[in-house]
Amino acid sequence: MIPLWWYLALAAAIFCVGAYGVMARKNAVAILMGIELMLNAVILNLVAFWRYLDPAEVTGQAFAIMVYAVAASEAAVGLALIISIYRTRSTVAADEIDMMKW
Amino acid sequence: MTVMQIIFIITALVTLGAAMRVVTSERLVNAALWLVLALAGIAVLLILLEANFLAAVQVVVYIGAIAILLIFGIMLTRGVMDTSGPQANQNWWLAALVAGLLFAGLLTMFTQVPGLRRSPPEIHTAEGDLINTLGTALVDVNGFVLAFELASILLLAALVGAIVVARPAEPEEGGES
Repeated sequence: MIPLWWYLALAAAIFCVGAYGVMARKNAVAILMGIELMLNAVILNLVAFWRYLDPAEVTGQAFAIMVYAVAASEAAVGLALIISIYRTRSTVAADEIDMMKW
Repeated sequence: MTVMQIIFIITALVTLGAAMRVVTSERLVNAALWLVLALAGIAVLLILLEANFLAAVQVVVYIGAIAILLIFGIMLTRGVMDTSGPQANQNWWLAALVAGLLFAGLLTMFTQVPGLRRSPPEIHTAEGDLINTLGTALVDVNGFVLAFELASILLLAALVGAIVVARPAEPEEGGES
């Protein structure tokens, strides 16, 4: 059988790749893609713990569904913000969106 | 090496490689397509974990909705980033260092936790029963009804918020939109 730590190591790797994308990418849409990768790693972890620790309860699956809802709303609001900024400032580069910086 | 392990390793390598391409691709449309591949790899892993319902949700919500939404976002804003040089900022090496340290720290932490080499226990309930239990637990007062309601309100707020934020500004005399 597959040991639990294989899943955890893979989820950690995907999370770190997503975190790198969030920190390093310039484009705001690419930053959102990094966030999606990180949320997917969380879902993988939740389901792996559900399967290996307590498959009779549904806690892990229920909170994985919560993560899906949060990811969907985050993508919708994030893209709305990006499109609104693109409309007013004609840029989607995260380092050029600095009107709240001082 | 059992068949399951071989399937896991192949899927893990494909998923990880696709995730790497998502964060390094020069062209954003390519990055979005690699993201679809990575999400599909996660769906396969969910099937390996015998969470078939969540695998279906993964395909429908992530690949069917969120990835397509991201591709729409790229299409609507393209042209401003395609010609402006590298896609990573000057501090990308710092980001890589932080991500690598985080991964190393997580792996070190895994060696401290007992029971990570265990095999999964058998599932005694039938697959249909599991989905039934999940659906009942989501609306059960003793289950997750609070989380369920919170998710509903969050989705509603996101729906209204996305419309308000993305709507073009009205003319001045029309009042605040």
